[in-house]
Amino acid sequence: MSLQLKNVTKTFHDSGQDAVRNVNLEIKDGEFVCVVGKSGCGKSTLLNLIAGLEKPTSGEIQMDGSPITGPGSDRVVMFQDHALFPWLNVIQNVKFGMELAGIPKKEQEEKAMKYLRLMQLEEYRDYAVHQLSGGMRQRVALARALTLDSRILLMDEPFSALDKQTSNRLRAELQEIWMKTRRTIFFITHSVEEAVYLADRVIVLANGPDSVQDIVPIELERPRHVYDESFVEYRRQILDEVQREPEK
Amino acid sequence: MTEKISKKDTAIYPLLQQFLFLLGVVALWQLLYFVGVDVLDIWKPYAMPSPAGVWKSLVRLVESGTLLAAIGNSLLRGMIGFLISVAAGMLLGFLMEHFRFLHQNMRPFVMGVQTLPSVCWVPFSILWFGLSEQAIIFVVVMGSAFSIAIATDNAIRNVPPIYKKAALTMGATQQQVYRKVILHACLPELISGLKQGWSFAWRALMSGEVMTTCIGLGQTLITGRNLADINQVMLVMIVIVLVGILIDQLFFRSLERSIHKKRGLS
Ligand SMILES: Nc1ncnc2c1ncn2[C@@H]1O[C@H](COP(=O)(O)OP(=O)(O)OP(=O)(O)O)[C@@H](O)[C@H]1O
Ligand SMILES: [Mg+2]
Repeated sequence: MSLQLKNVTKTFHDSGQDAVRNVNLEIKDGEFVCVVGKSGCGKSTLLNLIAGLEKPTSGEIQMDGSPITGPGSDRVVMFQDHALFPWLNVIQNVKFGMELAGIPKKEQEEKAMKYLRLMQLEEYRDYAVHQLSGGMRQRVALARALTLDSRILLMDEPFSALDKQTSNRLRAELQEIWMKTRRTIFFITHSVEEAVYLADRVIVLANGPDSVQDIVPIELERPRHVYDESFVEYRRQILDEVQREPEK
Repeated sequence: MTEKISKKDTAIYPLLQQFLFLLGVVALWQLLYFVGVDVLDIWKPYAMPSPAGVWKSLVRLVESGTLLAAIGNSLLRGMIGFLISVAAGMLLGFLMEHFRFLHQNMRPFVMGVQTLPSVCWVPFSILWFGLSEQAIIFVVVMGSAFSIAIATDNAIRNVPPIYKKAALTMGATQQQVYRKVILHACLPELISGLKQGWSFAWRALMSGEVMTTCIGLGQTLITGRNLADINQVMLVMIVIVLVGILIDQLFFRSLERSIHKKRGLS
């Protein structure tokens, strides 16, 4: 089963422009899909559509064959800005989604601790959000998203506000987690390197008549190394495509 | 080590400075009274209070128990009025936030009514409730509920949308969004709104109390005027200021401070 987008177009009435045009896409279970493209080409809009935070102007988005009507915990989003709640401490934030679902307290505790441990944050369980570094906040947000076992994890440039070193470490951690858990992940980034490092397929969005300009399968063994010849080759190819002006 | 000591000093220093300033003001006031009333005879003694006179009033009113009773009654009345305002104002604010129609049509009206000085409600309240407790409480509610409604509407509206989105994509229902996200996220702003509401309530209370004969600070003030005791009038004014500040500091400021500290906002 999978997530399917059929001829999806989104027009914002106030600006009158198509943010996303005619997208056809299928994302399979366990797949890691990365989306790259210039700023303003509609990456976040596409993610919001899948999340159910926006409604398509035309076309349809289906999850396992049934149409998406609104946001839900089967499509958890991790935002660029961590979106942790400042009135809750670390562990309470991680438990938040499970609490909404009414999961028993004991199970909440076990699962929250499991993912905090995975993020190497178990000592910080009682910290306030503002006492954490930017990288730690994103890791808490990731732990919170993972506890919900959603069908697909939607990530909108989750590491782009961090320094290069931290974001490199986090993407390595994310890759490890993905290899262990085989979650379905839809990951937006403006870094082509990050996309090639993480993705099974890289979707290149552009401002042409069709939003999807190209889809590039990355056939590299994991874990990947950014200096491998084939890695560099993929990277150059996709970078060229991102920078190319769309044909009118 | 030396750094620590100087840090401590700077915490004490502003307080000391304020105290000395206040002392200076009182000394100047006494001097002014002495020169203006006793030496030059510019003002009549019944028209000008003096620190010594105010102190005598204070001793007299404390000994007779009048002052404590007045403070107690006013505070109780103020609290009751304020709590009604909080309940009504927050409900109205919530409704204005939730229903677009009310936000568009009711809010401008509420904003307008809110600008009315509370004393304007006195004629109505006396016609409807007579010279009673309820009349005063009505003035208090009218004086503060609308500002609390506006503040509540604003506080909810200013919750960053990202919090709602995050909760929704984690599977929150509308009701859970309100209960588990908006209620908490709007708290700092809501408390500032309630604090302002309290200051309006306290002022309105005095407008109401001076109209009636119920025991309270307002009535003690008017008694002072009727007895041509300017020192008592001045004393009550000072007490009104002090009680207002005390509630503000003891309750609202400390609540605000603890929330801000917990969230790392300051
Ligand atoms: N709520 C909105 N109302 C009106 N126009 C919008 C809205 N959201 C996005 N847009 C427009 O849609 C287009 C795509 O925006 P989007 O945020 O999806 O771009 P993006 O690819 O995520 O860019 P970035 O890389 O800078 O995050 C932009 O032209 C933007 O102005
Ligand atoms: Mg974006």
